[in-house]
Amino acid sequence: MDNPRLHIYKFFKTNMSKIPKHLKYTAEHEWIRDDGDGIFCIGITDYAQAQLGDLVFVDLPDVTTIFERGEECAVVESVKSASDVYCPLSGEVVDSNTALENNPEFINQDPYGEGWMFKLKVANLEDDEGELLDPNAYADLVATEAH
Amino acid sequence: MLRTPLYQEHLAHNGKMAPFAGWDMPLHYGSQLEEHQRVRRDVGMFDVSHMVVIDITGADTIPFLQFLLANDIARLSKPGKVLYSCMLQQQGGILDDLIVYRMSDTWCRLVVNAATADKDMAWIQMQAAPFVIAIKRLDNVAMLAVQGPNAQAAILPQLPIELWKTITKLPSFSAMVHNDWFISRTGYTGEDGFELIIPSEIAPDLWQKFLSVGIKPCGLGARDTLRLEAGMNLYGTDMDETTTPLECGLGWTVAMRPKTRNFIGRAALEIQKNQNNLPSFVGLISEGRGVLRNHQSVLVNGQTAGIITSGSFSPTLKKAIAFARLKIKIEPGVSIEVTGQRSSLQMVKPPFVRNGQPAFTYL
Repeated sequence: MDNPRLHIYKFFKTNMSKIPKHLKYTAEHEWIRDDGDGIFCIGITDYAQAQLGDLVFVDLPDVTTIFERGEECAVVESVKSASDVYCPLSGEVVDSNTALENNPEFINQDPYGEGWMFKLKVANLEDDEGELLDPNAYADLVATEAH
Repeated sequence: MLRTPLYQEHLAHNGKMAPFAGWDMPLHYGSQLEEHQRVRRDVGMFDVSHMVVIDITGADTIPFLQFLLANDIARLSKPGKVLYSCMLQQQGGILDDLIVYRMSDTWCRLVVNAATADKDMAWIQMQAAPFVIAIKRLDNVAMLAVQGPNAQAAILPQLPIELWKTITKLPSFSAMVHNDWFISRTGYTGEDGFELIIPSEIAPDLWQKFLSVGIKPCGLGARDTLRLEAGMNLYGTDMDETTTPLECGLGWTVAMRPKTRNFIGRAALEIQKNQNNLPSFVGLISEGRGVLRNHQSVLVNGQTAGIITSGSFSPTLKKAIAFARLKIKIEPGVSIEVTGQRSSLQMVKPPFVRNGQPAFTYL
């Protein structure tokens, strides 16, 4: 009775975290969505928000700021602790989700939707792309961390 | 790790469990902020069975507690009244803070912190030698706190009908006994509410009953932000054996009168009072972003002046708040900052929040 779908169901149920298939991830629990034309949307994963607990402050990068991959670019702070968000790709900030300043709970409620954090314009994706994780690799990482 | 009689209920409700004073306790059941707001606006319940109940009985109960505690149990005139007190060492350091219920002249009930319970028991037994009393630590009891403006309306229909009238009329800081139930109108949230000490074996049933009428469980996370907003100290964080009540805002709980009452720590506190160099214990409110955290250094006019003892986020004020111990006299107009944060802070007199409303005054 090794039903793979049942296995996946159990995984999601026990970890309580969603990992959408159309996104890329980092080991620091950010997600990256390719919006086309060199624009990439970035946020933190469902697993990350669950670990942090209720968010109360979010500091976002200013538009036009340029970051190298791995640089601290944002801060998410919960009742429990503050965490840096590291830029997953090198590029220029072209948009940030200012709604989070008054509604940080969007990240808890909808981390892959309303909880998006900022958008980057990336010039040379090839430089950094290899560092990103696909959904399966990220699921493995979460499974390891959760146990 | 120790488990309360409600451990299975916490798991069934997806409680995020974490170690606390040797107990495996629920931190929250999904959202600490929602639980906090529910208690401020409606009602919520906490499993506080890790707290320890100690009964003192016998002819010398009152004289013994007048000697043991910094607050004076003689201040309680009627049976069933409740007093908050520190229990001090000879040097004035705080061994624990506790609640004492004066049920009669020969029976008082103490509720002490989980982390300090063993130390407390040893200390109380050591001090008891010259007194005619018995000391009993209760096993097999659970303690449930139901808190919030709608607490009474929510629990009443779930309790035996013969209790309704008495509970409705139970004043704040009072307790009543019914068979093996002990019910008090007390709490650690700054809202109306009840604490119920009941036999362990009936606790899961009562919890289920409360759940079925929509009283949602709340974890220790919300309990901490509620008590901080309410201006209530936490033992081990705001004070410990190296701190006297005069150094953590608890001077009001020390009964120096009558002068003839000899209590443990009195001589040390009298000396400290006369030295006139007591630190200030104040509330802080941040006007900017960023949560205040325990142990952060506080700068006054650019100089290190003390530390934050409890810092967190106030869900009611939507601002970071804290208690701080400062080695200065408070003067208006000083600039207060916390290391590593840009925004300036306001100094206030706690509580920050009472009965759902902002309640602080600026210093």
